[in-house]
Formats: sequence, C-alpha cells, structure tokens
Amino acid sequence: MPLWQHYYLAKSIPDALEALAQAPGPARIVAGGTDLLLDLGQGRHPGVHTLVDVASIPELRALETRGDQLFIGASVPLSKVVEAPYVRDHARALAEACHLIGGPQVRNTATLGGNVGHALPAADGTIALLALGAEVEIASSVETRRMPLQDIFSGPGKSSLLPREEIILGFYVPLRKPGQASAFRRVMRPQGVALPTLNMAIWLHRQQRSIAAIRISIGPAGSIPMRARAAEETLKGSLVNGESLRFAQAAILDELHFRSSPHRASAEYRRHLSSVLLDETLSAAWHRAGDEDE
Amino acid sequence: MVSPMEINVNGKNCQVGPRPGESLAELLREQLGLSGTKIGCGEAECGTCTVVVDGEPVLSCVYPAARAAGRRILTIEGLAGQSPLRSGSGEGTNGDQSARLHPLQEAFVRYGAVQCGFCIPGQIMTAYALLQRSPVPGEGEIREALKDTLCRCAGYPTIIQAIQAAARSVRSGEPIVGPAYTSKTPLEVIGTSQIRPDAVEKVNGQALFTDDLSFEGMLHARVKRAGVPHAIVKRIEVEAARQMVGVAAVLTAADIPGEHHHGLVTPDWPSLVGVDERVRTVGDAIAVVAAETREIATQALDLIEVEYEMLPPVTNPVQARHPEAPKLHAKGNQLKHIKVRKGELDQGFEEADLILEHTFQTATDEHAFLEPECSIARLTPAGRMEVYVGSQIPYQDRNQIARALGWPEERVRVVGMLIGGGFGGKEDIAGQIHAALLAQATGRPVKLLFDRHESLLVHPKRHATQIRVRMGARQDGRLTAVETELYGDTGAYASLGEKVMTRATTHSAGPYEVPHVRADCYAMYTNNPPAGAFRGFGVTQSCFAIESMMDMLAERLEMDPVELRRRNALRLGSVTNTGQTLRESVGLLECLEKVSEEIHRRAGDQPFAAQSVEGAPHLKRAWGLAVGYKNTGLGGGAPDKAFAEVELCPDGILEVRSSSAEIGQGLVTVLQLIVAQEFNTTPDWVRVLLSDTDLTPDGGPTTASRQTFVTGNAARGAAQALRQAIASTLAERHDQPPDEIRFVEGLVQFNSHALPMEAVQVEMQSEGRPPKALFEYWAPATTPLGEPGDMHFAFSFGAQAAEVEVNTLTGEVRVLQVIAANDVGRALNPLGLQGQVEGGVIMGLGNALIENFIVQDGYVVTDRLARYRIPSIQHSPEIVSIVVEDPASQGPYGAKGVGELSSIPTTPAITNAIYNAVGVRIDKLPVDQEVIASQLAGFRPDQQSAITWRTG
Repeated sequence: MPLWQHYYLAKSIPDALEALAQAPGPARIVAGGTDLLLDLGQGRHPGVHTLVDVASIPELRALETRGDQLFIGASVPLSKVVEAPYVRDHARALAEACHLIGGPQVRNTATLGGNVGHALPAADGTIALLALGAEVEIASSVETRRMPLQDIFSGPGKSSLLPREEIILGFYVPLRKPGQASAFRRVMRPQGVALPTLNMAIWLHRQQRSIAAIRISIGPAGSIPMRARAAEETLKGSLVNGESLRFAQAAILDELHFRSSPHRASAEYRRHLSSVLLDETLSAAWHRAGDEDE
Repeated sequence: MVSPMEINVNGKNCQVGPRPGESLAELLREQLGLSGTKIGCGEAECGTCTVVVDGEPVLSCVYPAARAAGRRILTIEGLAGQSPLRSGSGEGTNGDQSARLHPLQEAFVRYGAVQCGFCIPGQIMTAYALLQRSPVPGEGEIREALKDTLCRCAGYPTIIQAIQAAARSVRSGEPIVGPAYTSKTPLEVIGTSQIRPDAVEKVNGQALFTDDLSFEGMLHARVKRAGVPHAIVKRIEVEAARQMVGVAAVLTAADIPGEHHHGLVTPDWPSLVGVDERVRTVGDAIAVVAAETREIATQALDLIEVEYEMLPPVTNPVQARHPEAPKLHAKGNQLKHIKVRKGELDQGFEEADLILEHTFQTATDEHAFLEPECSIARLTPAGRMEVYVGSQIPYQDRNQIARALGWPEERVRVVGMLIGGGFGGKEDIAGQIHAALLAQATGRPVKLLFDRHESLLVHPKRHATQIRVRMGARQDGRLTAVETELYGDTGAYASLGEKVMTRATTHSAGPYEVPHVRADCYAMYTNNPPAGAFRGFGVTQSCFAIESMMDMLAERLEMDPVELRRRNALRLGSVTNTGQTLRESVGLLECLEKVSEEIHRRAGDQPFAAQSVEGAPHLKRAWGLAVGYKNTGLGGGAPDKAFAEVELCPDGILEVRSSSAEIGQGLVTVLQLIVAQEFNTTPDWVRVLLSDTDLTPDGGPTTASRQTFVTGNAARGAAQALRQAIASTLAERHDQPPDEIRFVEGLVQFNSHALPMEAVQVEMQSEGRPPKALFEYWAPATTPLGEPGDMHFAFSFGAQAAEVEVNTLTGEVRVLQVIAANDVGRALNPLGLQGQVEGGVIMGLGNALIENFIVQDGYVVTDRLARYRIPSIQHSPEIVSIVVEDPASQGPYGAKGVGELSSIPTTPAITNAIYNAVGVRIDKLPVDQEVIASQLAGFRPDQQSAITWRTG
C-alpha cells in the first residue's frame, strides 16, 4: 500500500481539524514529517489513509512575542527557530538544542511541534522547552487551551493529545528578564541511532552570587521527558560552587532512574554523564546570566 | 485521488498529479524524468536526494510530492542555468546556459571532488543553497551545511576546497583552476593532474546509474527474504501472490532452470532457498516477484506464505568451530584453516627478552556505498539476455547468470552501468540472477532495485575478527617471533571469505622482517550475513592488531615507536612471512621517515606525548603512528590477467576497452592517461569504454588494488601494439622506415607529412588492417601460500600518523589531523590519488570510531542507515597526503595499487593516539567512548555491547 492515500494541505486550523475528523480512514497530522514518514515507511506506525499537512497554516508559522511571552508556532521549521533573534535572546537553550537536531536539510522541514508531539523522552527541543518553563497551546473544534508542557507526556512516544481531534498550535516561553539565562548540552556517540546518549537543559535566574530560581531538564531519564526537581531544590538559593554542584549531582542520581539502552549507553555511563553535563550546562547558563546581566 | 498541481521546476512551470504516497524525489525522477536527483537511502540520512525548494535545501526522499504545490524547485539539471551573476533570480535555463556548468559544478570537476559521483548532485545542491545564504563560507560553515550530505568515497577535504574555490570564482569572476598535483617524475601525460573523463556528466545530472534506466513494458521485482537466520523451509505457498492483479510472475527455487547456487569461489549460495532446504541467513531469498509496479510487487510479497522449522543459529566463528555446533554446510562449518609457517616459533620465543600477548576484536562493517544495488534484465528479440548492472566483476556476473538460466555464457550480455561506490561490496551477485530469471519467465524487462534496508541485509560485509597476537622481541627492539591466531566470521556463505582471511593471516605479523612466524586462521561459517571483500581485504583487521601490539611493545621497551618500526621494517632483501624475498619497490622506510618528519615538524620533539588543550583541561591530545602494507593483485597462485583493446575510431578518437569496473577509484582516468601517453597525445583524444561483455574484453575483477597494475598494463600493451601496427602500415604505404613514423601531439608524422588520426584510420582501413589491437596481459606468476616463491608480485607500503583529541570526561574522540604516506610505485593519476587517500583515511577513521554492523542471534540490528552510521564531513580531519614513489619494475610506468592501502593503517594510528593521549588501550573496534570514560572516571563499564567470543 502507498504510505498514504490522500494528502491534504490544510489552509487553516478549522480546515485541518475538519479534514482530520472527516477523513474516511486513519488520519494523522503531518508537519515536517521527518519522523512520521519514516515511521510509516518502516512499519513503526500503523498505516494511515489521510495525512493532514499543517506546515503552511499561518498561525502555526508564527514566531513572535505575545505580551511577556515568546510564541513559537508548532510548524515553524527548526532552522527558523535556530536563527530567530527572539529565540536566541530569550530561549538560548532552545536555539542550541534545535541546532543539534538532524542536519540542515532536516531542520528546514522538521518542526518543534513534531519534536514535542513525538513525545520521546530525550527529544532535544522538548528537553529545552521543559527547562524554559514552556506552555503548549492546543486547539480542538471545541476550545483552544494552554497547559504546562510537562503535562502532555504520558509515556514513551505517547502524549495526551487526541490525534483525530487536537492540534498543537505552538509553545509559549516566558521572555527573559535580567539575570536569567539558559543553556543546552548533549553527549552523543558516533555509532548507531542519532539519539542523545544524554542531554540536559538548564534555565536559571541569577541574583548576585546565588541562584534565585532554576529549572533542569534531562533526557533520557525516564519514560517521559524529565525535570530534575530534587537537584533544582538543592540549587535554589545556593551559591554556585563545587559543594553545591556535588549536592545537585547527587540529587540527580538519587531522584532519577537512568536506564541502559542496548548498543547506545549503559545506565552507569548516563549516571556519570549526568554529573558532567550538570557541571557544563550549569556553568554555561550561570555565566550567561552574569554576562547578560551587564 | 490525484489532483493536479502546478510546480515550478528549474524555472519551468509544470502540471503534475502527485500520486498517493509519492515523494518529491519519485515525482522528479519518474514523472518528470529528472534522474539527476538520486535516492541513496530513502530514510533522510544520506542527503543524496537534496534539492532546493523555495531556496532551502530539503531531502526530497521524505518530502511529500503533494507539498510541493506552488513551490519553486531547483534540481541539479537546472543548476547551470543559475548564472552566478543572477543568482537567486530563479531565471530559467536556456540552451546556451545549460551547456555551461555552474561554478560549483566546475570546481567539483577541477578539484577532483567527483569520484563515484552518486552523491554529487546532493553535495552540489546543498552547497548551492549555502552559497545563496553565505557567499564566502568559511570551512566551519561548509562542514555545518554539509553535515548530513554523505560521501562514501569521502573526498571531504577536497569537497570543502572545491566549494571555497567556487565561492571565490562567483565573487571575482576569475576562472577556477584546480590543484596541480604531480608525480615526482611526470611524463607528458602520466603523472600530471587530469580531469576525470566522466566528471562533467556526474556534476550535471546526466550520469546514468542503473536505476536511472527504464524500458518499455518494464516490470518491477521484489524479493521475499527469509527474515530468519537458520531454519529449514517446510512449505512455500505462492498461489495467492500469483493470482494478484498486476503480478506477472512469482518464482521459487523449483522454477530455476539452471544451477541453483552461485558464488565467486565456492558456489554455495542458493539463489532461492527451496522446500526442505536450509535458510542460513536472514537475507536468504525464498521467492521473487515481478509486477507492473514496485508497489504491487511489494504487496505480493505479503501474500507469500512460508513455513519454517526453526533451528538454533550459529552466531560467531568460535561457536561455529565447536564440535557440537549445528553444521551449516555439508562439509561443516570451517570454510578454511589458513596457516602461515616461517622458521621455528619456539626458538624465536626462546631468543626473546620480552614476550607480549593480547587479543583484539574487530566489528563487522558495511560498505554503505550510496547507490543501492540495482539490476535490469531484458530479453532481446534475438533471444539473448541483457543485464544492466553496476558490477565490480562483469564477466563473473555473466557466468553466474548464464548458469542459473541454464544457458551458454555467450547468450548473456552484461552491460556495466556507472557504479555508485563499490569498495568490494559489488563483487558478488545481488539481484542480477533474480532479475534475469524473471525476465526469462515473463519475456519482459525486469528491474530489481534494492532499498537500503535490503542492501544492508544482503550483500557480504567486512569480516568480524578476533585476533590473538603473541610477540617476542629482544631488548634492542628486534622481533624474534610472532604468533597469531585469527577467527574470521565469514557468515552464511563463502563469497571471497577464504581469500580475505588468507590476506588477513599472511599480513598478520605486519610489514616486518620476523625470523619466526606462525599464524593460524579459522574462517568459519555462521548464520550471520555473509562476509566477503571490503577495501583492505582482511588486512585492515590484522593491521589493527599487530600495530597496536607494536606500540605496546615500544612502551615496554621504552623505545620510540618510529624507531621500533624502523628496526624491524621490511626493506630490500627482506624475506616476508610467506617466504618471499623482496627484490624491489619496498618504500616502507621512506614512508615512515616522511611521516615522522612531518609530525615532528608539526608537534615538536614529543609528538606521542599527551598535551593538554589550553583553557580546556579535560581535553587531551596526542599523535599516534602505524604502518601497513597490502599486496597488489590476486596473488597466491591465482592466474591474474586482463585484456584490453584499443581502437582508432573514424573520428580520430582512440577508444580503450576493458571490462573493468570504475567504482569511483579513477580507473577511467588511469586508462585514458596510459593510452594518451603511449600515443603522445592529450587525454581528450582517448575515450574509455568499460564493462560491456559484448563490447569489451575481460579485465578481471576489480579487487585487490589490481586494476591500475593489471588492466593498466593491458591497456598499455594494447596501445603499444596498435601504435606499432599503425607505424608498420604507414611505413609500408609511404615507403618509410618504421622508426621514422612518429606520434607527435595527436598527429602521425613522417618525412614532411603530418597525418591527423582520422586520416590514419582511413589509411589503416584501406590497407585492410583493422585499426585496433587486443592485448592480453599476464601479471607475473605467483605461488600459493605454503609453497616456496613469491606469493605476490607487488606490495604497496604506507605509514600514517593521526592526532586525536580525547574528552576525558565523556570519552569522546575527535581526529584532528592525519598524515598519510603511501608508496604507490608511481603516481599515474595524482588528482585521483588524492581522492583515494582522503577517502581511504576517512573510511579507516569510520572503521576505528564509528562503524559497527550489529547482528544479534543472527538478526541484523543495524538494518537501516540510521542505525549504521558512516563518517560525515564533520568527522573529516585535516589530511596530508605524502606520495612516495618507489617504482615496481613490472607495474605500468612503475605503478602499484593504492585503493586499499590508503585505508589500512588509519585505525591503529588513531587507537595508538588515543592511548598516547589518555592511556586507554583500545582492543575492540569500534572505539567505545563509554569504555574510555569508564576507565578514566573509574566507573564500571557496562558489558552489554561486548562481543565476547571465547577462544577455542
């Protein structure tokens, strides 16, 4: 069978929702398609009849400030996310993460909506958005609602979205205030599937010599994208020094369960890397917060 | 549900109807006939299919055709129309402009960035989009932009230079001048930088690979693969598939009219596994289907029912050698026990002051040529079978196809197409026999194209090995004894496994003069995919083991690694481990000295000492060194010959013909230069025709780095014979002494006459002398392993040094620089040589750090390109090629082979550098950064990925 029977280029959100609802067989949203089309072709995704292409819907292509937040449309190609001065200024971790996804050709079509919607526990864009405190906006024929990003993940590759009824519109990230900064780091191995061995994003608010607020996300560290909340607690209000780092590293190892993935990484290596990455990422975010304060 | 849409392709608006499931790549190739856009993987990994959509490079293999509605698409065919002065204006092509090349295309041609050519449209389109955004890109920008546009010939450094040259030319309007590499002793043509004769068609999208062909009424074939590693077939039910609308034929083993098995040395590989027969690997074929479309053929596969009696798989060669292991072939599991014996081993170890022993393991590797296998077979009206295929051994294809069809060989014609990379992986039968059987059964042309998944499962791989080395040395560093024991996993079928593992064994004590040597190799059948030829041919594996040991020995002796090798290196008069006295062309010491000088020049007195990186204390750098050697030619007593024919055509062009494969390595250039040299003319007066079994005589297999030497000599002999025939004919006609007939600048001169070649052709014809000559060249005879005499007629030697940077926290390794010296006898085609060296080094780097074809319980884990990674431009180090020319008297103008040698010492140079940087000895490939990190940080490494074959 062909990968799809009907390919529908949706013009608007209602148009897309209707096409989804009315399709005579299994239907899916497609934006970049860089994951979905391969999953379909390689039999990892059940067959579809209709693909509803939302890549060109203007609302989903928006990248703008809305009040005290930055809105990044779900269909904005990753290459645009990387280049956008707004993203660089306000969501540096996201720019860094998206820059590391795929190659340039893939980033010209792949989208942040797809990265999040695929719901993998170590998706680089997702991990960055989590640390940035992003909210996701979702449309259905009934309502448009916003919720914390963390709340849509329900398992590996699973989200709470209703595939025939809901569409991710985009993501809201708070605009950066003085003393705030973010960073993203990742370790890969050169062999095998291009999935992160481990990645980490940190957002923090620096006040003089201490951390006023911090969010740390890390993947893969569970069945869904994870926050390192215990480590955040140890670092909140503390100075950045060797001692606080060691406490936070220990908190990550206590709280999170790293697993072994065949041919990719052992749990022990990931535990080791979680400490290495915390040091590097925290240091990068901390110095940025200082620099950008000036 | 096809609704027409309008798209703009290369400046022209066109109406097309995207079909269900169709990608943009398919639409361009099939509906619009723009076959310059190639499909390498179909899984968004390789970048070959890159086209520019609305100014942005995208992967057309995963870009739904329907999404292109209303967009502007630029493909390689339209690039020449994009005049740089009007860049971005999107003007269409016209006749004048399309004849020209875009500066990027021209730079790729002139710099020698084009080898096999399959990836080139993708490289150029990606680079074009980069130049639109960044007119003068730095090297870092180029590496970033081309990160996912893979080149397996891997001339990445040259690609970077070509793009920068194009950018300069676009800006300045100055013409592009390529690099002028030359031999140290160039002749008029030989040894000078020349453009490949097939370069232009490879940059403008006109080059035809097999899948670019289509015939009227052509059917599409697919193969039902076993999907289980070891079983007996109990029942095959194909009726439902045969009844399906659109299916023209379904064949099983019962339908093969001729021989059921094929194989290059041992015919043990079933073309189709029949009822009550044994499945030995997941890629075994059970049935083949031909249908009106590829989609129907694919659907029909699902209707074929096969019942298996499952058997436990044999998963490694050590297990295979166990007496109680299941027997995979009638003669057992041992393909060959290979032995090398020299001197008295015990005596050698008694004379040693120091004895070291260590065991090394190497992974299975995949060729990952970017052009997947494709064969098209068609019956001619005269009742012959024509098979179009990119093959490394066309005459062996012909023989094997004919046997399967039950026909005499002459009734089969193999027409060689361009080959999008081979590296040894296109020597065996892939789809040739299946396509021919289906064409025979249906009477219609049949195309059988492998997808990447099938390519990964089916063709033979590089042998995984386990190599134990025991080495004895005196305090002064002189080796007294080397004992090696090798296990090679040859997989389900023999392929060239015996030959490959023989080469691994004979080279396993390194290019050293060792008085006492004993080597035993067990090449064993298993239920893994077959292993066969792969650039390096076994020596890649044994070089890693012995060169690691040499560094371990140097450390124990507190001796400089260069000095240790210098003391033991093969030189004139040395006797090899197989008892061959080297009488000439042993450039090993010169390679070693040149590399040593260069690294000392770059790194000072202590290149092998670890250095910290300023400002980054967690990064350590060091150099590592290794040497290697590789036979040129088949050797071992195998008759090694080639035919070539040279004809003076009516248009005055000299055509040289041989069935020898151009797999990117530059044979076309070599043959062109040789004939031009012999006629004292320029290369553009010579045309090369390869690999058509009706039109070109047999040049023998393209393997063992033999083509330049063997077919090169044949072409030279044919050219000389034709030259003499012309001279004697003209001498007679014009009553001149033959010596007075001179070939000067494309003319034949005598007395006061100067005849153009067209006129010479007419004179020959009118004398009744056919203006052509056939030459049969026999390489010097060799003797089999174990018999006295020369096992090989020539060896190439090399030395390489690599500088690595290791992240002591994460274990990550980067290779920064590689210095590679290769003794090639004489550099006939220096521009092509540069590409072979760059590509060889990068393939060696892949073998060291990246590539790992994983098979678990007989099932292939790395069955997609996404799971089997190969080096990208971002892995590419700075590469310095040092050409050493110690001529081989029997080689054409002194030349020896280099295609494999350039790849062989890279791996141990890198792993020795890692040891020098951080003290972690790598004894299992590929390098696992987790192992490095665990040893440095002291956590316990996980054992999950360790291949632990127990020694027998």
